[in-house]
Amino acid sequence: MEILCLGLSHQTAPVELREKFAIPDGEVGATATALSKTAGVSEAVIVSTCNRVEFYVAAEQAAAGLAAVREFVAERLAPAEGAAFFQHATEPTVRHLFRVVSGLESMVLGETEILGQVKKAYAAASAGGATAKHLNKLFQRAFNVAKDVRTNTNITRGAVSVGSAAVDLAEKIFGKLAHCQVMILGAGETSELTAGALQARGVKSIFVANRSYDRAAALAVKMNGTAIHFDEWQRSFHDVDILIGSTAAPHHVLTAAQLAPIMHTRPARPLFCIDLAVPRDIEPAVNDLDGVYLYDIDSLQAMADHSMNVRRQELTLCEQMIERHATEFDAWLASAWQQGVVKPVPPTPGAAAQQAKT
Amino acid sequence: MDHLPLAVSTFCFLVGFAYTMHALGARVYRASRLNLVAILGGFVGQTVFLYLRGQALGRCPLTNRFEVLIFLSWALVLFYLLIGPAYRLSLLGAFTSPLVFLFQTGALLLVGDVPSQPKLALNGWLELHAAISVVAYGAFALACVAGVMYLVQERQLKTHHLHSIFYHLPPIRDLAVANARLIIAGFALLTIGLGAGFKLGSVFTHSPLTAWSVVVWLGYGGLAALGGLQRISQRRVAWMSVAAFGGVLVTLAGLRFVTENGAL
Repeated sequence: MEILCLGLSHQTAPVELREKFAIPDGEVGATATALSKTAGVSEAVIVSTCNRVEFYVAAEQAAAGLAAVREFVAERLAPAEGAAFFQHATEPTVRHLFRVVSGLESMVLGETEILGQVKKAYAAASAGGATAKHLNKLFQRAFNVAKDVRTNTNITRGAVSVGSAAVDLAEKIFGKLAHCQVMILGAGETSELTAGALQARGVKSIFVANRSYDRAAALAVKMNGTAIHFDEWQRSFHDVDILIGSTAAPHHVLTAAQLAPIMHTRPARPLFCIDLAVPRDIEPAVNDLDGVYLYDIDSLQAMADHSMNVRRQELTLCEQMIERHATEFDAWLASAWQQGVVKPVPPTPGAAAQQAKT
Repeated sequence: MDHLPLAVSTFCFLVGFAYTMHALGARVYRASRLNLVAILGGFVGQTVFLYLRGQALGRCPLTNRFEVLIFLSWALVLFYLLIGPAYRLSLLGAFTSPLVFLFQTGALLLVGDVPSQPKLALNGWLELHAAISVVAYGAFALACVAGVMYLVQERQLKTHHLHSIFYHLPPIRDLAVANARLIIAGFALLTIGLGAGFKLGSVFTHSPLTAWSVVVWLGYGGLAALGGLQRISQRRVAWMSVAAFGGVLVTLAGLRFVTENGAL
């Protein structure tokens, strides 16, 4: 028995091509079941996300199995031809899947969403009876690998975008954000994204102040918040926990001299200032005030870059862990073969070439 | 023979301390069960020691500075076990282990377990005063630990230099809340302890250390009020909780108000 993979991803194909082969969530299980019943294929799991469409199968013969998958895809979707498609024989498939679930093949290195997506894909295939001994063992092992890699390396460490860095910092200051009030000064795109990320973490309320009240009102509606006139933002400021500045003002909108008396009235309540504006809206000296934490666009970007560097530095360690797990899985396969359960088949020339590529 | 469980306990805290240092050095700290198991093992060792010593003495084992330090360490760990999990302050244990390790190592190697004859006869008020006061100091010690953690985390947030420990320390608001509540709990316990002490009469009220204890009580009372009522910044509360515990250590170092060896 061979374990094979045919697919395409953001690394090999543009979105225009990927979308042709994408399978809706609700159909993934049934499609995997249908594929597993195709001649030459014994088991199947289909992973279909915005960044990849991959067909994992167990088959008696590698060449016949891959041909069956290609035919199945061509009949249902479009011909799976061209350089955009990769195919792997058993050993590279194992390593590829372990890399995918660990986030090493993701567009954002180390992202964790893919693990949930693969788990869903496996559950759907399993529920439809499309998996058996080989893919069950492979996917369950893959989930263990992902857990091991995430737990024992820094591959998921830190935020890798400005918005998520701001959210991470907010949570390190306030813990749960459910009691936090956010104020946005300036209805820009970046502030909207950052506020959106905070809103997704359940902040209590959002105030939007903008020189154009209409834009403030529009963003407030979008954010389920409250629009206020720009001249009045200081009146609503007392209970604010997180301030996002992104106005186009050529000068500081908030200075240390303005903020000091306000902080004096709320000494035990921290204030997190996120300055996304250039020129900056918030005077850097506010960071010297007790309980005020100021991050501008550069410091947030530096945090994101640092996190990405940390993740890249972890790659070697992750690869080593994956190789160790893959070797153990290879040994299990060999053992199963010796017991007469699995018969190894030499990899096809095409698969060997792909293995060399990976 | 009762030193054996204490040695085991000290070793457990050393393991917890070493694990934390290793994990932080390797930049991959995990809230491992090893740390919790080490602390639990250490706590069991402390409890066994205090039980055996109490049985041997026929009274609360607070008859010399050695026992006071062990009792204080026990109280510190007790508070950690009570509030740490509730606040999800996993690293509080990591910060607690080294302090307890230092206390116990200092007790074993520097202070010495010198038997002493208590000056006062067995007395319920005396036992209550001594035990509750030391437990109060345990709360203050853990408040100090939470204060240190707050200051470490706060400094990283201010300077934007985020060490790997940043990702594992709790939010500063949680640390501030834990700090304030521990100070309030410690103050309440110290109030009871001092109240019990005054029931002892002149032997207590005429002691210079009592005056110092009252100063400590007033200091923590003020801190509890300021922190509890949120009248000063969390950073100042953290600094003051660290400084105040330094004062408490001075108090404990001078615990010789009944006998020359510090017996109560």
